[in-house]
Amino acid sequence: MSQTSEQIKRPVQRSEMSKIQWTWKEMKRNKTAYFMLAPFLILFIVFTVLPVFLSMILSLTDFNMLEMPSWKGVTNFTRLFLEDEIFILACQNTLIFACVTGPVSYLLSLLIAWFINELPPKIRAVVTLVFYAPSISGQVYLIWKTLFSSDAYGWVNATLIDLGLMTKPILWFENADYVMGLCIVVALWTSLGTAFLAFIAGFQTVDRSMYEAAAVDGIKNRWQELWYITLPTMRPQMMFGAVLSITGAFGFGAVVDALCGFPSVDYAAHTIMHHLNDYGGQRYEVGYASAIAVVLFVIMISCNIVVKKALSKVGE
Amino acid sequence: MAKKLRTRGHRVVLNRSAGGDTGITIVLTLMGLFMFLPMYYVIIQSFKPLDELFMFPPRFYVINPTFDNFTDLVTLLSDSWVPFSRYIFNTVFITLFGTLGNLIFGSMAAYALAKLRFPGRNAIFQLIVMSLMFHSTVNQVTHFIILSAFGWIDTYLSIIVPSMAGTMGLYLMKQFMETSVPDTVLESARLDGASEFRTYLTIAMPMVKPAWLTLIIECFKTLWNSGSSIYIHSEELKTFNYAIQQIVSGGIARSGAGAAATVVMMLVPVGVFVLNQSKIIETMGSSGMKD
Repeated sequence: MSQTSEQIKRPVQRSEMSKIQWTWKEMKRNKTAYFMLAPFLILFIVFTVLPVFLSMILSLTDFNMLEMPSWKGVTNFTRLFLEDEIFILACQNTLIFACVTGPVSYLLSLLIAWFINELPPKIRAVVTLVFYAPSISGQVYLIWKTLFSSDAYGWVNATLIDLGLMTKPILWFENADYVMGLCIVVALWTSLGTAFLAFIAGFQTVDRSMYEAAAVDGIKNRWQELWYITLPTMRPQMMFGAVLSITGAFGFGAVVDALCGFPSVDYAAHTIMHHLNDYGGQRYEVGYASAIAVVLFVIMISCNIVVKKALSKVGE
Repeated sequence: MAKKLRTRGHRVVLNRSAGGDTGITIVLTLMGLFMFLPMYYVIIQSFKPLDELFMFPPRFYVINPTFDNFTDLVTLLSDSWVPFSRYIFNTVFITLFGTLGNLIFGSMAAYALAKLRFPGRNAIFQLIVMSLMFHSTVNQVTHFIILSAFGWIDTYLSIIVPSMAGTMGLYLMKQFMETSVPDTVLESARLDGASEFRTYLTIAMPMVKPAWLTLIIECFKTLWNSGSSIYIHSEELKTFNYAIQQIVSGGIARSGAGAAATVVMMLVPVGVFVLNQSKIIETMGSSGMKD
């Protein structure tokens, strides 16, 4: 027995050598760990990390995929912010879109998960499915296009006319006044995804005895219970949910495309993501598109940092 | 402190007002209807015969249910230039291999990150968390450049290989392993002379089955629902979801077949979720992020 336990390689004592030597020894001792990580890590670096850095480099160049990129410095960025009016419009739209769908979908996920927490397990499973299903059902959101269809077969127009609220149908997805609002509604409809499930699980990890103890300590109602006990306990889930909501809020380009076509009417639902597609996927101005990608990337990461800071204050 | 605690048996009755209960029920019902009615409408549409589809005003129920739309869908798709079966094959092929690769590579990486201590571990995990913070479409232009450098544009590889490095399932599995696989069990396997890889395969993996399912559904739903892609332009490599998009955009004349196609597409992920809901929620219990 003592022989086998000696075969297990013990961590090297750190004090015996310099930091570099120690790191190298530790790396050799953990060869298997690196082998196990390697397949994932190589793909991850090639397809996720590398593209980010490549975007940053290309954003400083002029590149059309055919000729060698030529160095342009920050001119792509000055052009974006000073000359490109559609980009500024896209920024506004993106911010409206993200500032509404992000927080609202986050709060909805949290509230609904909380509401259904005390339901009996069977009923809870069914209700969970009802709320979660739209987010995994792929193109089901296209039904909104039928419901708001501009001809007489659209249910919304038919109902509104039937009720006498209006006399002629509204072209919902071709009207710049409505497009943004509708896209937000549909985006919210598909947004109760992984974060929602994480919250449901989070609520269930809170021990009932904590609530009972709180009741003894004078917590008066369920709102106090939520703020002082439940939310601080599930803060890690809330962080995770926030990250997903933010990512989701900036990534709704495909939904908008499918609902109102590209480009949308008067660019009313044109987001930074669309601008990126336009220059990268259609005009092949890769340098300029990369600059757009870098801006979007910076916005998303900084949103995450700010929200994480804010969430660490919950329940204090 | 003035209020006396109510008890039932030995349990303290929590502070629940009747007004609050009613309010919550009402809000939940309204929200539930908002979520459910569009789904219900798609299903109803798919069973409506032609004359009811064009009935004005549109109805939220069906008088003479029929399977015509589903048979129409099959005829419509077999008339197309690329046969129906090819689209389905593409979707199944991409989903199967992408998910399988993600499960193998992701779980190995998750095990290493959760249970082994090695230099660079934290940095790599931070990088993975960071990747959850931005949407992958930001990268699509440079992603395209890299894929074309490999010569993978317009091949299955352009979709399958990058999806094997999906980080969502990996993240959830790593978190789950940390809480539900005790180090002592692994240590005793190592003492018995099991290699690290063997410990992962025979001890750790069987203990985290719920996390497998979660990883599978995370990867599966993305791949299954992938539609037109800028990396694929050959018609015979496109997915079923793309074909559906074409049918639905065919306008009102095809709305029956479109609804039927949507129902077929959503049945699979919803079915997978229904069968595994409790396991997925179990995994999510450890999904939390430390600051």
